[in-house]
Amino acid sequence: MSSPEQWTHPEPREGPAATAAAPTSEQVIAGLRATSEGGPELVQLLTPEGERVENPEFDQYVADVTAQDLRSLYRDMVLVRRADREGNALQRQGQLGIWVPLLGQEAAQIGAGRAMRPTDMAFPSYREHGVAWCRGIDPKDLLGIFRGTDHGSWDSTEKRFHPYTIVIGNQVLNAAGYAMGQRFEGKVGDDDGEATMVFFGDGATSQGDVHEGFVWAAVYDAPLVFFCQNNQWAISEPTERQSRLPLYQRARGYGFPGIRVDGNDVLATLAVTRWALDQCRHGNGPVLIEAFTYRMDAHTTTDDPTRYRHSDELEAWKLKDPIERVRVNLVRHGDADQDFFDSVQADADALAADLREFCFNMPQPPTEQMFDHVYAEASPFLDAQRDEFLAYHAEFAGGEH
Amino acid sequence: MAAPVIDKSERTVATVGSLTLGKALNLGLRTAMEADPKVIVMGEDVGKLGGVFRITDGLQKDFGEHRVLDTPLAESGIIGTAVGLAVRGFRPVCEIQFDGFIFPGFDQIVSQVAKLHARTMGRVKVPLVIRVPFGGGIGAVEHHSESPESYFAHTAGLKVVSCSNAVDAYWMIQQAIQCDDPVLFFEPKRYYHSGFMKAEVDPGATPAPLFASRVLRAGNTATLVAYGPSVKVALDAATAAEEDGHSLEVIDLRSLSPLDLGPVFDSVRRTGRLVVVSEAPSESSITSEIAARVQQECFYSLEAPVLRVTGFDTPYPPAKLEEHFLPDLDRVLDAVDRSLAW
Repeated sequence: MSSPEQWTHPEPREGPAATAAAPTSEQVIAGLRATSEGGPELVQLLTPEGERVENPEFDQYVADVTAQDLRSLYRDMVLVRRADREGNALQRQGQLGIWVPLLGQEAAQIGAGRAMRPTDMAFPSYREHGVAWCRGIDPKDLLGIFRGTDHGSWDSTEKRFHPYTIVIGNQVLNAAGYAMGQRFEGKVGDDDGEATMVFFGDGATSQGDVHEGFVWAAVYDAPLVFFCQNNQWAISEPTERQSRLPLYQRARGYGFPGIRVDGNDVLATLAVTRWALDQCRHGNGPVLIEAFTYRMDAHTTTDDPTRYRHSDELEAWKLKDPIERVRVNLVRHGDADQDFFDSVQADADALAADLREFCFNMPQPPTEQMFDHVYAEASPFLDAQRDEFLAYHAEFAGGEH
Repeated sequence: MAAPVIDKSERTVATVGSLTLGKALNLGLRTAMEADPKVIVMGEDVGKLGGVFRITDGLQKDFGEHRVLDTPLAESGIIGTAVGLAVRGFRPVCEIQFDGFIFPGFDQIVSQVAKLHARTMGRVKVPLVIRVPFGGGIGAVEHHSESPESYFAHTAGLKVVSCSNAVDAYWMIQQAIQCDDPVLFFEPKRYYHSGFMKAEVDPGATPAPLFASRVLRAGNTATLVAYGPSVKVALDAATAAEEDGHSLEVIDLRSLSPLDLGPVFDSVRRTGRLVVVSEAPSESSITSEIAARVQQECFYSLEAPVLRVTGFDTPYPPAKLEEHFLPDLDRVLDAVDRSLAW
């Protein structure tokens, strides 16, 4: 653990030890250390400077990745970041009620998402726009949640991407159950086996549901990859407020492997996630991955990170940008020219323009929509309530009242 | 996923005779598991032990450990993984060991079980049954005698039922399992093994619909409405009142959400008087909902205000006091007298 004693175990002194709004200089330094060092066990294949470093254990999982594939990973990250920035802008302009930025977590999400097969199942939290992209979900399909027209419009069965789950940690148990089902159906045990991956954050690791998910997946040998994006901050609370121990080490207590990967390294994340999914499809699950990354923006557009963290920290993480290191690597090896980068940028801008256009033209949902699908089989009482409501509204039709 | 229709010709049991409520539930579960391989039973001690009340006795032996799961001891885990299994296409039947233990699972029930169908605009169904042994009268320690049904009836997206006798227990559990909506299934644990609610179960019969109330005893002096363990109290009261020349109509609600109050309205329009009986505390409850709707629908038929005989608005008391907490024959008759004297 890179943070000093006084951060993990605040001693009483003048005022509360860890006042989020006014951290002491010690706390700032501790926070910088904790958040900029992944520790010696961090799996990294691409340094922040874009150098490919060898890893005898995990190189094999990305041995097939060509320059074309790396360009494709780069493109995904740029496009997802551009869509994310557009989402932020749309909120600022009043087109969305809220936006949940993924800025800084592109490599973690694209690396993990691209490691999945179509037959695998994903259970997201609410920041997984990059994973959604990899599951073939158009960013437009995310907008309804944040504009307030629906709670998610994609077909979660067809896309194998469960609805966004907002209650922290709930989806971890749902994913454990789904993965148990894969095992009960005999879909686990060889190269063609199925697996499930569940996404959650560092804050969620304190939830009982996550603990129970670890227990259930372990005792039922469920083919489940727990993909924890440790972005260092649960709104205003640092990871040190959730755990004394590096999060990946918790897996040991449940009896399955845990691994920490550089979540800003798309190649390492791809490799480690492929390995973990591979373990699961062969029946050796579950596995915990802690993707060590950083939330570059606010928790949501309603949040103000200047109240609890220093800009120095953000500046330090900018040097570890997930996209920049891939760009540098591609340039250094002559695997991409300026035309490529220009075309990706053009695609990203087109995507954003399209998203924007779509958002501006999203229709108001039909009023009676709230009564739909509450039950699979009709409820006479609710039907009567809807009819009464519609009759009331009909009184106003065609005139001023 | 459409629920499979149970083919009566494939029944392994032709006649089963008189069963206790507990045995009827066991047989109902067994029949549902035979009819549909996607039906699985999960909960604490439901496997080898057969459940602390033995309701799942013998099921693991006959259907295997992957269909009858002895789960780790965590209710949120039971419900939360059942949601995932349902998403995968299973039809899980969860047992919550005692009423007062359901609350660790409350978050998953309210946030996921109840809302997933609406959240996905009907694309994902959650055909889950959550069995809850409920109610008091068994001399138990704290948390083992509660009646938490109103919390769930208050939650949109859930259906809530309660059986009061062996015949309903046998059919209603199968119907709940076939239902594509999540169903909270409240079982009057006091009568699991009692002779009182024992009845002839005929697997060849045509069952009443699941979400329907039923007139158990016709009468014209006043109406008694009850569900679960209180049905017996209401029936006993009707028998006792007969000696005083009062003819009480007794209605078993059976479904608590949605409420099927048509038969109640019909009855109150004839009798003009209604007493509602439940072990649950009265505040913001099933009984208050019934009182509200009856006054709205039967305002000019009422000869007296709707009266309620319920548990008190206290935590469930220690066992030596529970006989004073639970609605009994005398309190019900007293309420009937007050209604008649209004």
